[in-house]
Amino acid sequence: MRLIPREVETLWTLFTGPVVWALHFLACYAAAAIYCAKASEAPFSFDALRLSLFAITVVALVAILAAAWLSWRQWGFGSGDPPHDAPTRHDRLLFQGFATLLLSGLSFIAVIFVSVPLLFIEVCAR
Amino acid sequence: MVPGELGFVRHLALGLRRSISESLEGRTQGEAPTILRYLLPFTALILVGCGGQQSALDPSGEESEAVYRLFIVMVIGGVAIWLGVSALYIYAARHRQTSWPPAQASALIGWGGVAFPVVVLLALLGYAVWLMPVVRPWNSLAGTDGAIEVTGEQFWWRIRYPGVNGNPAFETANEIRLPVGQPATFSLDATDVIHSFWIPALGGKMDMIPGRTNFLTLTPKRTGIYRAPCAEFCGTSHAYMAFSVVVMEQEDFEVWRRRQISGHERSADQGWELMLRHGCLGCHSLRGEKIGGATAPDLTLIGARHSIGAGTLANTAENIARFIRSPVSVKPGAKMPAFDMLPQREIDDMARYLGGLK
Repeated sequence: MRLIPREVETLWTLFTGPVVWALHFLACYAAAAIYCAKASEAPFSFDALRLSLFAITVVALVAILAAAWLSWRQWGFGSGDPPHDAPTRHDRLLFQGFATLLLSGLSFIAVIFVSVPLLFIEVCAR
Repeated sequence: MVPGELGFVRHLALGLRRSISESLEGRTQGEAPTILRYLLPFTALILVGCGGQQSALDPSGEESEAVYRLFIVMVIGGVAIWLGVSALYIYAARHRQTSWPPAQASALIGWGGVAFPVVVLLALLGYAVWLMPVVRPWNSLAGTDGAIEVTGEQFWWRIRYPGVNGNPAFETANEIRLPVGQPATFSLDATDVIHSFWIPALGGKMDMIPGRTNFLTLTPKRTGIYRAPCAEFCGTSHAYMAFSVVVMEQEDFEVWRRRQISGHERSADQGWELMLRHGCLGCHSLRGEKIGGATAPDLTLIGARHSIGAGTLANTAENIARFIRSPVSVKPGAKMPAFDMLPQREIDDMARYLGGLK
């Protein structure tokens, strides 16, 4: 019994990275917007909100790294060169792994970019 | 940042303009290369637009300095990347025609196409976000009584100074005066459509939205007179909707504030009698004489303002008369009715009276 399946043969894993990125984006923007709209009645400080969003960012990055590792494995840890365009089942698998890996990289960077304001914005704007 | 450093575009523009006018008058020694002689005047034309009283490239406030710094950093970064990409393009287009070994090509794509843009974009993004609290100080004054209320209306600005230190609040229009070195907070609103409040020399713009109050804090650092245009299209006379900003020394500002509160000194004047008779006070107010209507711009000490019709005309008696006679011909869509049924002599009398209220 394996915790992680040996092989992933579905197109859905392709979207793991971008989905994590989208959820992280929503979490950051919705949390900050709701907090600042209700700042006067919130029971915790803006710094607490920043810290929890920072924690969410770390979770998102770890999730993307996990997705990246899975796709790297699916790609055979770089054993073959792209473009993987032969009409075979094996090449489709490698192509999907490679595409997922690239998308994971993009999502990783995007999550970091989205979190930059967490570092610098210290108060709610009016 | 040193203030002198910031105006370097302006100095460049002034220097260029001087050298061009000298060369046009044939005062310089020797002949400039032909291409330069043709190109320089155009460069100067563009650069001359960078200085002056309505320029974000000639900053006079803390917030506008931050905007300017951000602009310069972004321009330099953008130009450097553009030059790099152009050089690569030229290299690829005309240098040796052999293809690179795959490993080397991959390295170029990895470093030049992924690592480099990620690092540069992260740095520029970080810098811009880091600068945000300076560009938009979320001042503690915001929301308190200390804010100057500015309301955008088609096509003028209602300005209400708050009561401070026992001084009563007062209203004026189309001209804001600020003491130098003091942060000023504006509370911005609109009555009809969306306008936008922008003093390029002092800071970034902020929309004025009906039903919502926005706050903006600006800290002027140099005395002077600046022009502030409406920065959101608001109707036919949008281009004629501006106000002047006068940044003064603290003492001069206090004198002005006291003058504004008390209004001008009452004196018997034919122009005043005519204004009363023709119903001007139904919409306008003149502190010192009579608090009339409040639907139109306050006219207290209008003679001391730097323009007529919200930044449309120079402040002269002739222009005031022209505005009274037919506001729509000066500002299409203006709501003030035309008073061209009055004898010209009476209009002139009122204009002279108003122009003298200083």
